[in-house]
Order: sequence, then structure tokens, then C-alpha cells
Amino acid sequence: MPEIAWREALNQALSEEMERDVNVFLMGEEVARYNGAYKVSQGLLDKFGSARVVDAPISELGFAGLGVGAAMVGLRPVIEMMTWNFAVLAMDQIVNNAAKLRHMSGGQLRCPIVFRGPNGAGGRLSSQHSQSLEANYAHFPGLKVLAPSTPADAKGLLKAAIRDDNPIIFLEAELLYGVKGEVPTGEHLLPIGKADLKREGKDATIITWSRMYYFAEQAAQLLEKEGIHVDLLDLRTLKPLDEEAILASVRKTNRAVVVEEGWNFCGAGAQIADLLQLKAFDELDSPVERVTGLDVNRSYAAVLEKATEVSAERIVAAVKKVMYREEGT
Amino acid sequence: MPRNTWKFGPRPDMERPGMAPQYSKELLLSMYRKMYLIRRFEERAAQAYTQGKINGFCHLYIGQEAVAVGTTEALRPDDYQLGAYRDHAYPLTRGADPGMVMAELFGRATGYCKGKGGSMHIFDVEHFVLGGYGIVGGQIPLASGLAFASRYRNDGRVTVCYFGEAAANQGAFHETLNMAAKWSLPVIFLCENNRYGMGTAFARVSPMPEVYKRAAGYGIRGEPVDGMDVLKVYEAVKDCAAWARSGKGPVLLEANTYRYRGHSMSDPATYRSKAEVEQHRKGDPIPKLRQYCVEQLKIPESEFEKLDAEVKALVDGAVKFADESPEPSLDELHEDVMVEPGEPDVKPRERVLGAKVEWPRWPGPQEYRVTWDLEPRAQAEEAEQQAGLKQPARA
Repeated sequence: MPEIAWREALNQALSEEMERDVNVFLMGEEVARYNGAYKVSQGLLDKFGSARVVDAPISELGFAGLGVGAAMVGLRPVIEMMTWNFAVLAMDQIVNNAAKLRHMSGGQLRCPIVFRGPNGAGGRLSSQHSQSLEANYAHFPGLKVLAPSTPADAKGLLKAAIRDDNPIIFLEAELLYGVKGEVPTGEHLLPIGKADLKREGKDATIITWSRMYYFAEQAAQLLEKEGIHVDLLDLRTLKPLDEEAILASVRKTNRAVVVEEGWNFCGAGAQIADLLQLKAFDELDSPVERVTGLDVNRSYAAVLEKATEVSAERIVAAVKKVMYREEGT
Repeated sequence: MPRNTWKFGPRPDMERPGMAPQYSKELLLSMYRKMYLIRRFEERAAQAYTQGKINGFCHLYIGQEAVAVGTTEALRPDDYQLGAYRDHAYPLTRGADPGMVMAELFGRATGYCKGKGGSMHIFDVEHFVLGGYGIVGGQIPLASGLAFASRYRNDGRVTVCYFGEAAANQGAFHETLNMAAKWSLPVIFLCENNRYGMGTAFARVSPMPEVYKRAAGYGIRGEPVDGMDVLKVYEAVKDCAAWARSGKGPVLLEANTYRYRGHSMSDPATYRSKAEVEQHRKGDPIPKLRQYCVEQLKIPESEFEKLDAEVKALVDGAVKFADESPEPSLDELHEDVMVEPGEPDVKPRERVLGAKVEWPRWPGPQEYRVTWDLEPRAQAEEAEQQAGLKQPARA
């Protein structure tokens, strides 16, 4: 299997789906002549032309809504947000229109649209450009929220997202676009709503998604040196949540650590902790630990930024805590 | 696509001679019937509201009938229409079942949207009425998407996007007109200027209260029309639709109209005088058309009396149908949130009345090709070259 970067995996998914279905088009800022702010859409303008790869004006609300309107009548738009921070401007179209069309119309309309772009920290970008916003979208009925970690998962899930008949929030990560991994060539579809057990162990479960998978993997390797073996469950989809996979792992290990890049308060991890206390209370040997970004706005200064972040060390400490193997105890 | 060459300002051929006698009797009677249907429907809705049978927000179209009716009569039946929350009239002009519209207002299972949308969200997809939307201006970007789809597939459809004048102060209005103009999308932005955004007179919050003049900012065609005259609306929309359909781009059409009732049923409208409302009632579009038909075309009064009676009976039947309809089953609670694979769309008249309906069908993955350019390479390159070279002169 060839090893390619995240951005190429996404490019393959887009290109293959656009070839497969003329109703698929890509619209966003800088996607066409600039070949994408993060080069995800490299070469697509030349391949598909300017009606299918469309440079939009800087009007997030406007072109998000254009996409929703086009989806109502059978097109399959992929709307690229240069970052999810900018998509806050498009929130009205995403949550008031896309997420509610099926419902408000009493089942007459569907809205097959994918909103995608980088989510989370970029590195030294200060507070407006560093937010992890998945919990916001996961909150609304009517949306699916995807946040894969590996290039292969990104390709398989983006293709599935484009074929899905519901509005989809597809979260990438700026710091992942260059990350490489083995990716199947050609048709590679993954089911939405299925977590992937990326590492097996008996002592504790780490549950995570998106870029935090790599931190969790690093933590798992450190823990292994100390004889602690973890299940590493990569959710890949936040909504619908793969409750079965979460419960199956925690029922085996009896201990859980949930890792997310975003803020602690009302983060998506809180929902997972709630699931565990509700459906696996008797199987838990310790309270669920959460490792999250700090509940502060992210700073530009390196030392302040680093202090707000999740790290492998913090995950290691959390796993030891749920195993009652804290330092000095 | 031809470049947009419209220059701001009224055109010489815009001087329309009012109600010229070139209309067929069928068309005139159809317009009258539809306007009276809306009037009667809304009056009965108001009554049902005061009886507690309709709840929530309920915005009546009384006074504005000429706009929706003149517009629909000027369009192809498969042109898209969508609007804001004052939306009962739009499906009614297109031949929706009045009983099912009323049932939606009553929150019953037999409503167009199973009682899930209510007064503000009436969708009749069979008749290409793609919804009423509750966030001011929120439907405007959607209209550009419908029009984009029409250009993309070259299906010749035009989209009419109704919105109130107050929505023109939302960012969505600007962002959408900018895109629609740049890409010559076939859409008529139809501003229903009824003078008040809820209780705020438009001029209080707008330095340039003539909405159509904003078209100049996008280099598109913009013009006003007397929204209290159904034939003038009909003529204007016919002309604008031909313009948009021929690829000349969007139009901003401002219909000056007036709502006789408050913003919604809960608004006593104390911000305007009785005299003002009375003055506008003198220009009521329904008696105006009737008088014209009787006096100028010698259509006998008895024909209108017959029509009135028919419409009254139809609306009585609609209210009865809604009132006797069941509430939605609790099984519906989790339906229509997500679409499951293979799940078909719900066809309201088939579901409720067992009617055979012709449902819109969108082309499949390989049924057509997109070979045209939205932005030809040469055009883009020219713009790029000029961007850096053509500096505006400094004063």
C-alpha cells in the first residue's frame, strides 16, 4: 500500500468521488486557482473545471448557504472552510438550515452536503485560529460529525461522507495535513459511526479522535515500557457515537481515559464519560479521567500555548491515575 | 455567459401602462381566485388562532396577496420559490391543498410537514415551494444554491427568493447578491417591502430605504414595482424571469406592499396609525382587480360572487379538515432527523390523501456532464493581471 500524506488522501477522495458523481462539486476560499490553502484540492481545477471547483468570495455564511440550497435539489456539495474558526460565521446556515431541513419539511427534503476543513490548533496562531469546535456541532440533532486521525481513515470516511444523504461536519486538522500513512488506492470506503481499535491492551482504555490519536499512541508506547498495556480506541466519528465499541473496551479494561484537544467544559469527552457512568457504572474500577485542552483562550507566546495543550505525558499520568499507580503512591 | 450590462436606473420600457387589456379572462379570474383564497385562508387562520387552535408565531399575508399571486402566475410551475416565515401564501398560489396547509398550522399529522414545521415552515416540494424559514434572511443564501444548481445542470429554472425589506440589512443578503451577481445566477430576489420589520419602520434603520437601489452595488438590475397591483407584479416578474433565464444574471425586484395585520398574531401594531392602515386598505389589490374586470372587461359580478362562494366553501373545508385531523403519532418523534440509507422522501399529498403525485426527480451521478466554465481561465487571468496593475488614481 502506498504511503501518502493526509492532504493527498483527501485529494484522492475528492477526485474519485467527483469522477464517480457529476453532482459532487467543491466550493470554498482558494480551492481552485490557489489549489487550496492547505493544498488539499491540488490539481482539481484543471481536472474538473471552474464550475465544479469553485473559488468562493470570503463569505462563509453565503457559500455555506449556497451549498445547502444546492443540496436541497440533489447536488452533493463539498464546502471547504479554510478553518472551522471561520465557519462560526456560517453557523446559521449549518445549524438552522442544513441540520433542520429534513425535519422542518416533514421528510420531503434531504441535505447531502459535506462541510470540511481544518479544526483545532495550528501552532502559534493565538486564540481565534486555534479552536476545536467539534462539541458545538455534535450538540445539534441532524448533523453527523466526523474526525478521523489517519490518512487512510480520512480517505475512507470522506468518500463515505460525500455519499451520505445527511449534512456532515468533517473535521480535519491543520497539523495533520503533512502526516503520512498507508492508504489504499482506489475504492476505499469506511462506515460512518464505527470506531477503530487501533491498539489492544488489557489495563485501561484511551478513547480519542482526530489529531489526539497520535498523542495517545505516543502515550501508549511510553506506558508499554512500564508494562501497562492499553486499548486505544479511535472514535473517527463523534456523532453518531459508537457506544458499542466504547462499552466493549471499557467492560474489558474497567478503566477509561478520554482525550480531546478542545476545552474541558462541555467537551465531547464529557458525553463519553456520561455514557460510561450510565451504562458501565458497575464495570468501572475508577472514575473516568479526561485529558483536555485547558479552559482558557490559547495564547501566541510559545510557553503559554504549550501549557494549554494536551501532551503524551498528561495522558500517561491520567492512565496511571485510573490504575491507581500515580507517582509516589 | 454574457457579462452583465445593466445600468442602474429605470429603463424607458419600464413605463408599464397599468392594467392593459391583454390578459385572458382565465388568467384574471385565476389571479382573483388565488388572491381571495389567500385572504380568506388567512382570515380563518386568524380566527383559529384566537380560538387557540393555532399556536406559536403566525404571520399573516393579508394585504400582500398581489405579490405572491402575480409572481407565481408569471413563472414556470417548476421554477423554485422559497421565502421567510410569512409563508402560507406561497404554496397556496402553486396549487397546494389548502386543508393540508391549514393542518400544518394546526400542528396535525395531515399537515404538509406532518405538523413538525408549523406556520413558519411550510414546504410543498411537489410544487417546488422549498420552504418558509424563520431566521430573517436565512433563506437568501439557499436561493443562490438553488439557482447555482440550475446553472450547473442547465435546467432553465429560475429561483424566486421572497424576503422582507428588513432582511436586506442582514449580511446574508449582501453575501448572496455578491455571489449571485458574480456568477450570473438565475434568481429573482423579490423584496416584499411592507414597511416594517416587526415594529421598526425600515427607514429608521436604513440610510437608503429603497432596497432596489442596492442592486447598483452589485452591478445587477434592480427595480421597484407596485406590490398592491397584481398585474404590475405579474408583468415585472415575467420580465425579470425572462432576463434571469436568459443568463443575464440576478434581479433585485422590490415590491412595495403593505400588511394590514400586525407582524404576527401577537402584534397589535401600535407603531402605526389607523389612518395609515385605512389609507392602504383603499388600495386593496383584491377589489382593485375585481373592479377592473367588471368595469373594463365587463365580466359580470355574478362570476365573482360564484368564485367567492367557492373559495369560502374551500376554506371552510380546509378548516374542518384540519380541525378533524389527528395529532401526530409519538412514533414520529425520531423520524425525519436523519436520512437512513435507501429511505425515500415523504410525498405529502400521497401520504395524506393517497394522491398520485409527480415528484421532482434530480439527475443521477452520470446523467449529465458539466462542461461549461463558471470562471473562464482567461477571465480569471485578466482579473489577476489587472488587480496589481490598475491602481486607483490618488486624489
